[in-house]
Amino acid sequence: MSKTQDISLTVNGEVLTANVPVRMNLVDFLRHEAGLTGSHVGCEHGVCGACTIEVNGDTVRGCLMLAVQANGATVTTIEGLADSGRSAALIAAFTRRNALQCGFCTPGMLASAIAYVEGGGIADKQAIRDHISGNYCRCTGYQSIVDAIHDVVTEGASA
Amino acid sequence: MTGPATIFDKPNTYIGQPTPRADAARLLQGRGRFVDDLQLPRMVHAAFFRSPHAHARILSIGTTAARAAPGVVAVYTGAELAEHVTPYVGVLTHLAGLRSAPQHPIAVDVARWQGEPLVMVIAQTRAQAEDACELIEADLEELPPAVDAEAALTADAPVIHADFGSNLAWERKVDVGHIDNAFAAPDVTIVEREFRFGRHTGVTLESRGTVCDFDPSEQTLTMHYSGQAPHMMQVILSRHIGVAEENVRVISNDVGGSFGIKIHTYGDEIAAAAAAKLLKRPVKFIADRMESFMTDIHARDHVVKARMGISAEGSIVGIDFHDLTGVGPYSMYPRTSAIECNQVLNLTGAPYALENYRAHGQVVFQNKNMMCQYRAVGHPIAMAVADGLLEDAARAIGMDPVEVRRRNLMRDDSYPRASASGMKLDDLSHQKALEKLVEIMDYDALRADQIKMREKGVYRGIGFVSMVEVTNPSPMFYGIGGAHIASMDGATVRLDAAGALHVSSSITEQGQGTNAILGQIAAGVFGVPIERVKVTTGDTATVPYGGGTWASRGAGIGGEAMLQAAHALKTQVLDVAGVMLQSPVAALDIRDGAVVDAETGAERITLDALARTVYYRGNELPSDLKPELIATRHYRVTDFPFVFTNGAMAAHVEVDTETGFVKVLHFWAVEDCGRVINPMLVDEQVRGGVVQGIGGALYEECLYSPEGQLLNTSMADYIVPMASEMPEITVAHIETPTKTSVLGAKGAGEAGTGGAPAALLNAVNDALSPLNTSIWQMPMTPERILKALGKV
Repeated sequence: MSKTQDISLTVNGEVLTANVPVRMNLVDFLRHEAGLTGSHVGCEHGVCGACTIEVNGDTVRGCLMLAVQANGATVTTIEGLADSGRSAALIAAFTRRNALQCGFCTPGMLASAIAYVEGGGIADKQAIRDHISGNYCRCTGYQSIVDAIHDVVTEGASA
Repeated sequence: MTGPATIFDKPNTYIGQPTPRADAARLLQGRGRFVDDLQLPRMVHAAFFRSPHAHARILSIGTTAARAAPGVVAVYTGAELAEHVTPYVGVLTHLAGLRSAPQHPIAVDVARWQGEPLVMVIAQTRAQAEDACELIEADLEELPPAVDAEAALTADAPVIHADFGSNLAWERKVDVGHIDNAFAAPDVTIVEREFRFGRHTGVTLESRGTVCDFDPSEQTLTMHYSGQAPHMMQVILSRHIGVAEENVRVISNDVGGSFGIKIHTYGDEIAAAAAAKLLKRPVKFIADRMESFMTDIHARDHVVKARMGISAEGSIVGIDFHDLTGVGPYSMYPRTSAIECNQVLNLTGAPYALENYRAHGQVVFQNKNMMCQYRAVGHPIAMAVADGLLEDAARAIGMDPVEVRRRNLMRDDSYPRASASGMKLDDLSHQKALEKLVEIMDYDALRADQIKMREKGVYRGIGFVSMVEVTNPSPMFYGIGGAHIASMDGATVRLDAAGALHVSSSITEQGQGTNAILGQIAAGVFGVPIERVKVTTGDTATVPYGGGTWASRGAGIGGEAMLQAAHALKTQVLDVAGVMLQSPVAALDIRDGAVVDAETGAERITLDALARTVYYRGNELPSDLKPELIATRHYRVTDFPFVFTNGAMAAHVEVDTETGFVKVLHFWAVEDCGRVINPMLVDEQVRGGVVQGIGGALYEECLYSPEGQLLNTSMADYIVPMASEMPEITVAHIETPTKTSVLGAKGAGEAGTGGAPAALLNAVNDALSPLNTSIWQMPMTPERILKALGKV
C-alpha cells in the first residue's frame, strides 16, 4: 500500500488537491498543507474539541479523521464560517460577552456553537452547556460562552 | 501615591468601562497567531526520545539507525548537546538553603523522571522525527526511585542527588508568639487535620512549543515563544546557549493559555533553540498532549498536618502546621520550586488577626515530573488549610462559620498592618467583602433550604473562604534572590502623524485582556477614542524592558507604567499645543482626539493637525520648541514586597451520598482588586480562575504508580472541568485602590483559583456534617467521598 494518496476536497468553497501521507489527519492537513491555521490541535484524540470543523454538514473532530477520508468531502473551517458571515452573530455575541480569553478553543467552540444555533437549539443554558461539553476551555469557566450562545439563540428567535 | 485628579473623572475615560477586547475579532475569525501556525523557510522539526523510567542510569544510547532514518537531519544525545549548552541550577539566594543540582536540557548520565528528554531527533517533518525516535537504542539501568514525597525523606529512600546526602531541597520554619501556651489555655478547643493536595497541572489547551531560528550572518537567535516572560527567556537563552543577549530576540504572539505553566525553562525548548543555532535554520518543537502531561510543570502535591485553636467565644488563638511538598528531581529554573511552600508559610491564616503562628515547610526531591509555580501559587493550600480548620473549629464549638470569620478577620480600618507571618498588608477589605458575599448569596435562605433538603435526604453544603492574593510583586519576589527576572515594566506611547496612539509594553497577553486594558488606559488618560490606540506586546526587539504577565502583575504594574507614559505624553503634547495656540497649557485638555479648551470643551486643534504640523511643517514652530511626541515610563512596586488583594467566596454544593458525586450548585466571589480597569475582563478572570480551582478541588490529579509512572497522560484520563458540570458564578467587587500607584489596580487573575478549593472543601464538609464524616483530600473524587462515608 502506498504511503501517500491523492485527494481532492472542497474547503471553504475552494477545491484543493494534494498528495498526502495516508497517516496524516485532517486537521494537520488543513493547518500545515492548506494553511488554514484557524483550526487548532489540543489533545489529538478527540477529547478537547479545539479541532472541531464541519465536514459534509456534520460536526467533526479534525484530529479523528484522516485527510484521505476527506477525499471528495466539503469542509468548512472557522475561516470559512467567518468569510461567509455564518458566524457573524456568534462573533458579535462572543465579543460582547468576552466569551474567549486566549482564543485557542474558540474556533472549535464556534463550530460547536454554530451547530447548536443552526440545528434549532433552544435558549436553555443547561442544554447549551451539555452541547458544548465536548469543547474544553481552560480560560473562561464557560459561563460567558454559554451566555453568548444563549444570546444568539434568543436574538434568532426574536428576529 | 497621588496623581493627576483628572485621570479618573474626565468625561472620555475608558478606565472602569466593560470595553470589549479589540483582539477578540481576530481570534474569532481564526486569525490567531500561535507558535504552531508558523511555517518558516528551511524549518525542521524536533521530537524527543524520553526516559521510560522514573530513575535510570544511561549506560549507552545508540543513534545509528535513527540518524539513517528517512528525513532525519540531526540527532543529539544529552552528552552531545551538553557541549553547546551550559547547565542551569534552580536556586535563589533569598530562599536560604535551597539546593538543586545542575540540570541539562537533555539528561546526560541519569534520567530522574519519566518523560525527561534523553535524545532529540531533528527531521524534515515531525512524523519523521517521531519515527526515528522509535529507532533509538537506549541501554538504561533502572535505579530504585524515590516517588512518594513522604517516603523520600526516610533514611532508606534512594537519594536522587548523591552529593546532597538526602532528598531535602529546602525547609523553613516560622514561629511567632507562643503557640503551645495558646493551645494549652483552658477554654481552647483544638482541631487537627491532615490535608492532602494532589498533583495537578495546567493543561493549557495550546501545548508548550517554540520555533527557534538562528542567523549566523548576524549571530542572531530568534525564539517564537508561547510564554509569559520574553525578557526572562532572552537572558536564559543568552546565558546558556552562548549568544549575546542583545542578539537574542524573543517573540510572543498569541499564547493559548499559560497560567504559570509557560514561565519556566523546559529542556526540550532550550534544546530546540540550541539545535537551531547548531543547524543554522529554524527548528520547531511542539509538545504533544502526552509530553505536556509528562513535562509541563505540575503543581501542589502537599501533605499538611495542621492544628487550629479556638476559644469558646470563637476567637482563633493560633495555627500550627507542617507542610511537606514534593517537587520532582530538580528545583525548576529560574524561579525555583520552593516558592509554593514559601507562599504557604507566608499566607496561611493571613486574613485573620492571629497572635500565634507556627509553621514548618519542607520541600522534597522525588522521581516525578517537576513541580513549580502554577496559577495561585501556594494559595489553594494556604486558604484550604486555614479556612478548612476555621470551619472545622466552628463546627466543634457550634458557631456559624460566618460568625467565626466576623470575630477574627482583620478589621478594614486596621491597616497598614502585618500578618502573623510578617507580610505587610494595606488597603484590604475582608469585612466588607464578607458582608457583601453574605448579602448577594442570600445566606439565610440557603441555610433554610439546607435544612429542608436534609429532611428529604438531600445533602447540600455551604462553604466559605476569606482569602488574600499576592499580586504586583516587587523585586523582593525574584530579583532580590539573584534571578534575572524584571520586576519593573515599561510602556511607550507615541502619537503618530494621523493623531493615533501606538503603545508598546513589556507586559504580555495570554488572553487576560492585557492589550485591551493598555488601550483603555492609554486612550482614557491621553484622550483619544480607543479605536485609535494600537497596542504591541510580546517582542523583545520592540517593547520596553520588563517582566511580563505573571503573578497577577500585568494590570497593576504594566498598567501603572502605561498610565504614567500616557500622562507624560499628554503633558508633552499640551506643551506643543500651548505654543501653537498661544494659550496657557493649564487652559487646555485633550479629549476625543483633539486639544480642547479645558473649561468649555470647545475644540482648539485636532491631534492629527497638531501632529502633522510637528512632523511635516516644523518650520511653522518656534525653533526653540523641541516637540517630543513619544513618552516612556517604567514602574515598579517600591514600598511593599507584594500588593495583597482580598476576597470572600462561597460554594453551594450537593453531595450525592450514593455515588459520591459533588454537584456545584452555585459559586459566589467578591473580589477586591483595587481599581477595576475593565469590570467585564476582571469578572471573566475571576470566573475562569474559580473553575480552575474547582478542577483542582474535584477532578484533576496527576496519578503516579509506585514505580513513578504517570498513569494519566491523556485528556481522556485526566479529568478537567467541562461546561455541563460547571456552575454559574456570581462575581461582585469591593474597590479599595492600592496607594502604591496612581492607577490603584491590584491583580485579579489568581484569586478564583486560590480561593475556590477552600470554599468547596468547606461546602462538601458542611454537606457531610450530619453524617458525621469529613474529607480532607483533594481532589474530592467520588471514590474518596464514598470512602469518607464508609461505603467503599
